[in-house]
Amino acid sequence: MALDEDKREIGRHERYRGEYPLVVEGLVNRFGDQTIHDGLDLKVRRGEILGVVGGSGTGKSVLMRSIIGLQIPDEGHIEVFGRSITDADPDQVLGIRDRWGVLFQGGALFSTLTVGENVEVPLKQFFPDLSDSLRHQIARYKVTLSGLPEEAVNKYPSELSGGMKKRAGLARALALDPELLFLDEPTAGLDPIGAAAFDQLTRELKKTLGLTVFLITHDLDTLHEICDRVAVLADKKVIAVDTVPNLMKLDHPWIQEYFNGPRGRAALTAQALDELRRNMELPVAAQTVKALDNGRNTKA
Amino acid sequence: MDRRAGFEIEQEEGEAARLALTGPWLVATIGAVEKDVESIDVAIDRIDLSQVSEIDTAGAWMACLLGQRYEAELVGANERAARLVESVEGMEIEGEVAAPRPGVFTRVAEKAGEKVYNARSGTRGVLGFLGALIVAFGTVIRHPSRFRGKAVVRQLELVGVKALPIVGLMSFLIGVVIAQQGAVQLQQFGAETLTVNLVGRITLRELGVLMTAIMVAGRSGSAFAAQIGTMRLTEEVDAMRTIGINPMEALVVPRILASILMMPLLGFYASAVAIIGGAAISDAFLGIPFLNFLQRIQEVVPTYDLWVGLVKAPVFGLIVALAGCYHGMQVQGNSEEVGLRTTMAVVTGIFAVIVLDAFFAVFFTRVGWA
Repeated sequence: MALDEDKREIGRHERYRGEYPLVVEGLVNRFGDQTIHDGLDLKVRRGEILGVVGGSGTGKSVLMRSIIGLQIPDEGHIEVFGRSITDADPDQVLGIRDRWGVLFQGGALFSTLTVGENVEVPLKQFFPDLSDSLRHQIARYKVTLSGLPEEAVNKYPSELSGGMKKRAGLARALALDPELLFLDEPTAGLDPIGAAAFDQLTRELKKTLGLTVFLITHDLDTLHEICDRVAVLADKKVIAVDTVPNLMKLDHPWIQEYFNGPRGRAALTAQALDELRRNMELPVAAQTVKALDNGRNTKA
Repeated sequence: MDRRAGFEIEQEEGEAARLALTGPWLVATIGAVEKDVESIDVAIDRIDLSQVSEIDTAGAWMACLLGQRYEAELVGANERAARLVESVEGMEIEGEVAAPRPGVFTRVAEKAGEKVYNARSGTRGVLGFLGALIVAFGTVIRHPSRFRGKAVVRQLELVGVKALPIVGLMSFLIGVVIAQQGAVQLQQFGAETLTVNLVGRITLRELGVLMTAIMVAGRSGSAFAAQIGTMRLTEEVDAMRTIGINPMEALVVPRILASILMMPLLGFYASAVAIIGGAAISDAFLGIPFLNFLQRIQEVVPTYDLWVGLVKAPVFGLIVALAGCYHGMQVQGNSEEVGLRTTMAVVTGIFAVIVLDAFFAVFFTRVGWA
C-alpha cells in the first residue's frame, strides 16, 4: 500500500517540466502483412497543440492507440513525461495514465452512467480518498468547463446530441486535470458552429489549464485556427512537422493537395478574413471584408 | 520537494489568522487534507497561495471554497494559480451528479404500476410481433425471390449443426442418469428390465425434446436477442429499413425458420443419444446387453411416443426463437438493455416451453396417446 502511494505520487506531485512530454521514436506497427508505421518519429512540445493529419488509413488512430497503450507496437520506443511506456512495467504506466486524458472519436461514454458519473469514474478510480461532495463538485465543474449546460450533468449519454456527447467525453478526459490531452477527431460530425466553438474551447482550455494537446483531425479550419504545429503522416512516417504556412511551402504531392486543394484554400481565405476583421476596424477594411465575403459566397 | 498537500495557520495576537497552503494542491493530493482543512475553527482573513508548489483546478476549487467559507481573501497566487482560481471562481457547482431519484415509496408504486402496464403492453407487443412475423412469412411465400436462403442456411448451421456436440453430450448423460437411477428403484420390485421402458418412453416423449429446447433457448435464443439488440443499438436495423429491407424478413424469418426446422431434428437426435446412453449403462451395470436393450426399445415403446416428441419440437423451436427475436427487437437506449433483454429472452423462452409442455402432456393423454 505504501509502495503504491509512493508510485502514484511520483507521477502526480509535480508537473512535467521538460521540453518534450511525448516522444515517439522508430515506431513500427504491422497488422499481418500490412505495415502501418515504419520507423515513425514524433516529438510533441510542452504546451503546444499539435495537429496530426494524414489520409485515411495512414494510421493516425493507430499512432494514438500506440501512445496511450491500447496497441502494443511491433518495434520502437515511446516516452511520455520522460518515462518509457514501451518497456516499462505496467505499474509505472499506471502512474502515467492519470496524467493524460483521452477523448475518443465517438465520445466512448459509459452508457449506463450519467454524464457527471462518467466524469467521476477516473476520479474514483485514481483518487478514492476524495470525499463524495468534493468529487461531485469537481465533476460538475468539469462538465461546465466543457461548455455543457448545467442540467446535462445528470443526463444519460443516450439523451445527448452528438456534439454534447463529445463535450461530455472531453469533460471526462479533463477529469484528472491532465497535462497531456489526446483528441481523436473532436470536430468530426459537428456542425460548423459547434466545430468552431469546440476549437475555441480547446484553445481556451490549453491556455487556462496549461495543456499539451495531441489532436488528430481532418478539419482544415481546426488546423488553421488552433494548431501550433501540424504533423503530416504519409508514407508510413511523419514526413513533416511544422506550422501550416511552412508546410504549405513543402513540395510533397499529398501536402500540396491537402492544403492547396479547394477546401484547403477555402479554409485559408476564411482565416484571412478573420484576421482582417480582428486587425482592422476601419470602415474601408470592413467594406473590403464585405466584398471578399460576397465574392466567397457567390463562388460557393 | 514536499509531496503532500498541507497548510499552516499563522496567527498574531488579536488579529485574524492567515492560512498558508503548502505543497502540491492537486486532485491527487487534496483528498488527504480535505477533512483537516475543513475542521479549522479560527477566523481567517487571508489564504496565502505563495507556498503552493503545484495547483490544478481541483486545488483551485478547494482554495476558492475555503475563501468563501471563511470570507477570506486569496493572496500570493502565481500566474497559473491566479488563472485557475479565476476560472473556477463564481461557478455554481453544488449538487448531485447522479440522475434524480424519487423516494422509496414513490419508486415502489411506480415500479408496480410499470410492471402492470408493461404486462399489458408486453402481451400486445408479442401478439403484434407474431402478426408481423406471419405477414413477413406471407410476403416471403408470395415473393420467393425475397427469401433469404443463405441466411437460413447460416442459421441452420448455427442453431442445429453447431449444437450437436453439446446436445449429444447432455443427452447421453441424461440417458445414463435415468437408466442408473431408475434401475436402483426398479430393482426393489425385481423389475429392472423395465428400465428399458423407462428410458425409451421418457426420452422420446418428454426429456429429449424438452432438454433440447432448453439448450437451444440458452444457446440460440440468447444469441438472437443479443445480436438483434446490438444491431438495434448501432442503428443497423434502422439502416435496413431505410434501404427498404424489412428487418422482419431479413433478421427474424431466417432465425425462426431455422429454429422450427432444427428443433425436431435435434430433439430426435437427443432422444436417440439418450437411449444409447441408457443402453451403455445398462450393459455395464445391469447385465442387459447393449443390443438387447435397443431391441427391447422397439418392442416396448409405441410409435406414437416418437410422434408426441416430434409434434412438440417445432412448436418449442418457434417459442424459443420468437422470444429471442422479440426481445432483441425491443432493445433501445444503452448496452445494459441488451443484457437485460437477453436474460428475458432466455427466461421467458424456457418458461413458455415448460408451460406448453404441461399442456401437451395433458392433451396427448386425453387423445389416447398415453
